[in-house]
Amino acid sequence: MNREKFISELREKLYGLSQSDIDERVEFYSEMINDRMEDGLSEEEAVAEIGSVDGIVEQIMGEIPITALVKEKVKPKRKLKVWEIVLLVLGSPVWLPLAASAVVVLLSLYIVVWAVVICFYAVAAALAGSALGCIVGIFAYLRMGRPAQALFAGGAAVLCAGLAILMFVFCVWLSKAVVKGTGKVLLGIKKSFVGKGE
Amino acid sequence: MDVQLKRGLLDVCVLAAIKSEDSYGYQIIKEMKPYIELSESTLYTILKRLESADQITVRSVEHEGRLRKYYHITDVGLSRLDEFKEDWKEILSIYDFITREDIGNE
Repeated sequence: MNREKFISELREKLYGLSQSDIDERVEFYSEMINDRMEDGLSEEEAVAEIGSVDGIVEQIMGEIPITALVKEKVKPKRKLKVWEIVLLVLGSPVWLPLAASAVVVLLSLYIVVWAVVICFYAVAAALAGSALGCIVGIFAYLRMGRPAQALFAGGAAVLCAGLAILMFVFCVWLSKAVVKGTGKVLLGIKKSFVGKGE
Repeated sequence: MDVQLKRGLLDVCVLAAIKSEDSYGYQIIKEMKPYIELSESTLYTILKRLESADQITVRSVEHEGRLRKYYHITDVGLSRLDEFKEDWKEILSIYDFITREDIGNE
């Protein structure tokens, strides 16, 4: 990627910050690229060393407090008129519960996701339990003098144990993915305040 | 290194990098590289923070037909560095305490 493209992409993706803030940041990265090129790197190399635009934007958005982002985003182009403020206050019985329910919905989605994860853990536990049951079965059948059934129970035990281990590995992976995903979603919500377009 | 610890150190490192003479962004990163890894975005945030705390001042200098920003350490910045050195002595004595505990447990 060349310098021009990098700069214009960065400028575009920082939409939502104040214009002066964007200008200053873009100028900063532009200087960094120029200095690297002066140091002997090619334009492509210099841009590559700075890192991806998405990575930079993500870090910038992560560092800026959400209140500042929201403030910039919802900053009215003009001052609120008195009647608008009155409306906002009078309308609070309507929009406050709406906002609250949005939060509750998000929270319940989060709980549901974890419930699914817990279900998978339960399946893993059930499989492990079955394996134990089958092992008990082996001895029970042996005592009854039925080796064929004991052999069957042994096979079932191995099968259940194997499935339980696989399931458990999957559960651990899933939990990690959910934790990671939650972070991404939070960042996404934060970003939506500075998303492109109104 | 622990993130919190690194964050605290970075401010001081940037101040130290411009202590002897004024410097610019890329130079600061290059100078610090052997000691502590620093990304552009992080440096930007640090410089902003130091500037608003009056620990550094910024001026634009014409260089090769473009503008380059030079950062200068102020007296406030210098005393922050001194404070850090004092703090570090305290940290060292705490370190002694921590390692003594280690020896006691072994």
